[in-house]
Amino acid sequence: MNIPENLKYTDTHEWVRTEGDAAVIGISDFAQRELGDIVYVEVPEVGGDVSPDEPLGSVESVKAVSEVRCPLNGTVEGVNEALEDQPELLNSDPYGEGWIAKIALSDPSQLDGLMDSAAYAAYVAEQDS
Amino acid sequence: MRYLPASEEDIRHMLAAAGLERVEDLFSSIPPDLRAKDLDSPDGLSELELARRFLSRSRRNVSSTCRPCFLGAGAYAHHIPSPVDHVLLRTEFYTAYTPYQPETSQGTLQSIYEFQTMMADLTGMDYANASLYDGASATAEAALMAWRARKGGRILVARSLHPAYREVLATYVRHLGIDIVEIPFGTDGRLDLDALGEDTCDGASALLVGQPNFFGIVEDPAAIAERLPGKKPPLLTAVVSEALSLAALRAPGSAGADIVAGDARSFGLPLGYGGPYLGFIASKKPFLRQLPGRICGETTDTEGRRGYVLTLSTREQHIRREKATSNICTNQGLCMLAATVYLSLTGRRGLAELARQNLSKAEYLKERLVEKGCEPVFTGPTFNEFAVRPRNRDGVSQALRDANILGGYDLANAYPELEGAILLAATELVSRSDCDRLADILGGAS
Amino acid sequence: MSRHIEEKLLFEQDRPGRTGTTLPPLDVPEKNPRDLLGPLARTEAPRCLPELSEPDVVRHFIRLSTYNYAVDLGLYPLGSCTMKYNPKLNEDLARLQGFLNIHPLQDDDAVQGALELMDTLSHSLCAITGMDVCSLQPAAGAQGEFTGMQLIRAHLERQGDPRRIVLIPDSAHGTNPASAHFAGYSVEEVASAPDGCVDVTSLKERMGPDVAAIMLTVPNTLGIFEKNILAICEILHEGGGQVYVDGANLNAMMGWTKPGDWGADVMHLNLHKTFSTPHGGGGPGAGPVVCKKHLEPYLPSPVLTRRGGGLAWDHDRPESIGKVHGFYGNFLILVRALAYIEALGAAGLKASTELAVLNANYLRSKLEEDLRIGFDGPTLHEVVFSDEGLPEGVTTLDIAKRLIDYGFHPPTVYFPLIVHGAMMVEPTESFGVEELDRFVDAVRSVLREGRETPELLHGAPHDAYRFRLDEVTAARKPVLRWTPPEEVEE
Repeated sequence: MNIPENLKYTDTHEWVRTEGDAAVIGISDFAQRELGDIVYVEVPEVGGDVSPDEPLGSVESVKAVSEVRCPLNGTVEGVNEALEDQPELLNSDPYGEGWIAKIALSDPSQLDGLMDSAAYAAYVAEQDS
Repeated sequence: MRYLPASEEDIRHMLAAAGLERVEDLFSSIPPDLRAKDLDSPDGLSELELARRFLSRSRRNVSSTCRPCFLGAGAYAHHIPSPVDHVLLRTEFYTAYTPYQPETSQGTLQSIYEFQTMMADLTGMDYANASLYDGASATAEAALMAWRARKGGRILVARSLHPAYREVLATYVRHLGIDIVEIPFGTDGRLDLDALGEDTCDGASALLVGQPNFFGIVEDPAAIAERLPGKKPPLLTAVVSEALSLAALRAPGSAGADIVAGDARSFGLPLGYGGPYLGFIASKKPFLRQLPGRICGETTDTEGRRGYVLTLSTREQHIRREKATSNICTNQGLCMLAATVYLSLTGRRGLAELARQNLSKAEYLKERLVEKGCEPVFTGPTFNEFAVRPRNRDGVSQALRDANILGGYDLANAYPELEGAILLAATELVSRSDCDRLADILGGAS
Repeated sequence: MSRHIEEKLLFEQDRPGRTGTTLPPLDVPEKNPRDLLGPLARTEAPRCLPELSEPDVVRHFIRLSTYNYAVDLGLYPLGSCTMKYNPKLNEDLARLQGFLNIHPLQDDDAVQGALELMDTLSHSLCAITGMDVCSLQPAAGAQGEFTGMQLIRAHLERQGDPRRIVLIPDSAHGTNPASAHFAGYSVEEVASAPDGCVDVTSLKERMGPDVAAIMLTVPNTLGIFEKNILAICEILHEGGGQVYVDGANLNAMMGWTKPGDWGADVMHLNLHKTFSTPHGGGGPGAGPVVCKKHLEPYLPSPVLTRRGGGLAWDHDRPESIGKVHGFYGNFLILVRALAYIEALGAAGLKASTELAVLNANYLRSKLEEDLRIGFDGPTLHEVVFSDEGLPEGVTTLDIAKRLIDYGFHPPTVYFPLIVHGAMMVEPTESFGVEELDRFVDAVRSVLREGRETPELLHGAPHDAYRFRLDEVTAARKPVLRWTPPEEVEE
C-alpha cells in the first residue's frame, strides 16, 4: 500500500497536495485498488466552485461508481485532461499522472483538518481488517 | 400439472434430502396468521380448453387482417415478412435472459449491436441504445436526457406531438420540478416558429417535435434549429412514431436534431392492441453518458476475437441506483430483435421502396378525397398520414363500420380546436379500391 | 475447433443487389419523396442497412441463436429472475389474429375480447395478491415501481403532505431507489438485523412525519420471508406512511400468502418472472400494479369500466397520475400471462410455488455442504451463498464463468450487496431433480478444480462461442456501432 508522506488524506480516500494557495486532488492507492480497472473519470468544470458538500466528480470502474469529494472550499483552476483518453492513469499512477483537479483554496486553514500519512495509514489498516 | 417436472416420488425424495417431512414445512417461515385461504379461482385448464377459450376471446375482436385499415395515430399497419416471427420463435432467443453473462449470450448481443448500428444510421446519429419500452416513454426519457445534459431548464413540447406521448412525458416529469411549455402549430400544421421567442427558449433544455408530427405533417428540423436562439439553445429532439418515415425523410440528425427518439414498431412488430412496441433513442457523441437504458459495445475476448458486451453500465439503475439516468431494467429485447430481422430483410433499397409505396398511397387517397369535396386540414407536406375534414360528417362512423373499414382517428378526441377533422393513414396494405371506397364514404356518396 | 459457425455482422455481408422482400406492384401513381418534400427528403439510402436475400438473413440469425444459452436448454438459476418454463401454447395464443392485428384505437365495442381478457387478468392478479384494483399499463417491473410510487405520492398529496423520504433496505434491487427518485423522493436505507430481515426497532425509531413509504421485496433478495411484515406495515400506517411491496419474488408465495392481507398498499408484479412470459433476451415484460382501494382514483388512465353490457375505457379520470404507456400496456404479454394463470388454476399456482420452494431448499441442502450461506435462517424460493470459504485465490466470478463450461448459466453474482461475493441461486419449479443434481455435481466439480487446478477457473469459460470478454476496454473506449470503412476517422 502506497501512502506518500508529503500528502494529506481524507476519510473518503482522496489525497491532497498543496502548491502554494492551491491544492491538487486525486484518489489514493487504496481507493484505486478497491475500484479495480478505472474506465471513466468525471472531472469538474474549470472555474466552478467546489465544497465538501457537493461531489467534485466521480470515478467509474466497470461495475461501480465512486464519488470524489473535495474536502476544501475553493474554485477549480485546472483539471487533468489526460484522464479523458487514459482513465487508467488513476490505477497506474494515482499520486502522479492520475491527479484529478487543481483547486484555488478559499480557506487554506481547512488543510489542518485532514489526515497526515501516518493517520491515513492507520485508518486504511482498520478498513482492511 | 404438465409444467411441473416432479412426481410424488420426486417430491418425497427432495423433502427427505432437505430434512423436511411435509411440503407445508417449507413455509414454516410464513407466520400462520398470514397464510392465505385457498385462492378462489377455477381449476386449471387443459390445452384444448385453453385454446378454445382464447380463440373465442380473439374472435370477439374485429381485427385488421381482412379489412382495410386507415387508422394510424402512432400505430401503423404494415406487412411483417414471415421470417421475422420464425426467428423470434427460436427458443435460444425468446427464452434467454438479459445478456449479463456475455460469453453465453453473443447471439443476443450481436443482434443488439446490429440494431444499434441501423437505428443510429437511419436517424443520422452517432449512437442508439438497445431499446426503451415504447415511443411515449422514449419521449419522456429523451426529454430527461436533454434536461440532464443542459443541467436543468424547462421543456418545450410541440402541441402537435402525439397526445399520449405528451401525457406520458407529463407523468414522468411531474415530481422532478420541471416545467413543460407547449408550442402551438400553425395553419400549415407545423411548429409555429414565431412562438420560439428568446424568452421562451432562454434557459429551456429541450424542444420536442414529432417528425412527422401527430397530424402526419413533415416538420423542417433545419428551419427549427436555425430559429433557436442563444448560445445554449434547447436540445432539438425529433420524436418519430412512424419509423418507416426515416426511409423517406432526411435523417433528423443530419437536419439539426440533437436527440432522436420514438417508436420503431413499424419495423416488424404487430399492432397488438398497443403493445409490446419498441421505443428507441439515439444521440450525438457529447451526450453519450446521458443515454438511458442498455447499450451494447464491441470488444475482444482473451483469444483476441471480436465479441460484444453490455457496457457503460454505470449509467444504469443496478449501479447508480437513485442517481441513475433511468430506472429502466427490462426493456423490449425480443421486439428489438424483430426490428433487426425486419430491417435486414427489407434492406436499404427495400425500405426506400416501401416508404415510396406508403407515400404514394397516401397521396392518392388525399387526391381522391379532395376530388370528393373533402378538405385537408393543413397545408404542410405529409408522409403516410394526414388530417382531413370529410364532406360527409353525418353517420360517417356507421358508414365506415358498415363498409368494414377501420379508421380514421377522430381528432376532436385530443384537439377540440379540430372538431370535425379525422386523421387517416394509408400504408402499403391498403389498395387503390380501398382508397376509392373510403373517399366515396367520406365524400358523401355511398 | 468450435462447434459454432463464426458469423460476421450483417453489414460485413452486404451484397448490393440482393433483397429479402418483394413488394406487390404499386396500384396507384408513384410519388417520390424528393418531388413532394424537396430538401426535407432523404437524398441517400441509409448506408448501414444491408442488402441480403431472405435465406442470407435467416441463416444469419439462426447462427446467432446458436451462440445463446436459454432456459429451454437447461437450468438458469438466476436469483430474483425466476427463469421458469415459457409454455409453448402461450406463444400460439398470443399470435391469434384477433389479438395480433387489433389497433389500439379501435372502438371499444370492436375489441370486447381483448378488454375481457384484460379485465379477467386484472381480477386474477388482485385475487392472487389480496388487492382491490389493478393497472396493466406498466411495461416492466421498474415502470410498475415508478407507477406504484407515484400512486403513493398522489395519495399523500391528497392528504396534504407528500412527504420527503422513502425507506429501502440495503438488499434491494437497484430499480427501487431509482424509481423512488423519479417519483420525487429521497431515499434512506433502513437497517437490516443480523438475520437479514428489516430491523424493526430501527424502523420504529426512524419512522416519522417525513417518511412517505417503505419499499420492501418479500421475500427479500436473500430468499428470507420478512417475518415482522405485519409489524412493519403497522409502523408505517400508524405514522401516516404507505407500504410498497416489490413483487419480483412472488414465486415464493403465490397461493400461500397475500401481500394485501399483510397490509401492503400497493405492489407491482413481474409477468416475465412469476407468470411465465418469456424473458426474450431482455424483454418485453410487463409490470402491472395492484393496489388497495384508496389508491384507485390515481391509477393510470384510462381505466377499464363496465358500460352498457360490455367493457369500455374510461378516460375521465381527473385524479389519475397520467399515463406511463402510450396505449394500454404490453397487451400480447398480458395474453400469455392470463393463459398461464388459467392453465394452472388455483391448485396449479399453489403447486408451482411449492415446487419452486422445494427445489430451492433441495439445492440449498446439497450446496450447503460445500458453500457458505450468506444469512442463516429458512429460505423460500432462492438462497444466497457468499464467497467465504472458497478455495484460495478463487472468486465468485471464477465459479460463475466456469459453470458455463458445464452447460449452465451462472447464478446471479455480486448481488445483493450485503453478502460478500454473493451467489444468488433460484432454480424455479421448472426443473426436475435430475437437472438440480447435475447442477450440484457441476458446482462440486468446479470447487474441486478451484482447489486443484484453479487456472481452469481463472480463464473460464473455455467451451463457449467466446471466452472471457474484456469489459474494461469496452467501457474505456466505447464502440457502440459498426461504421462503414469510408467513414472511419483516422
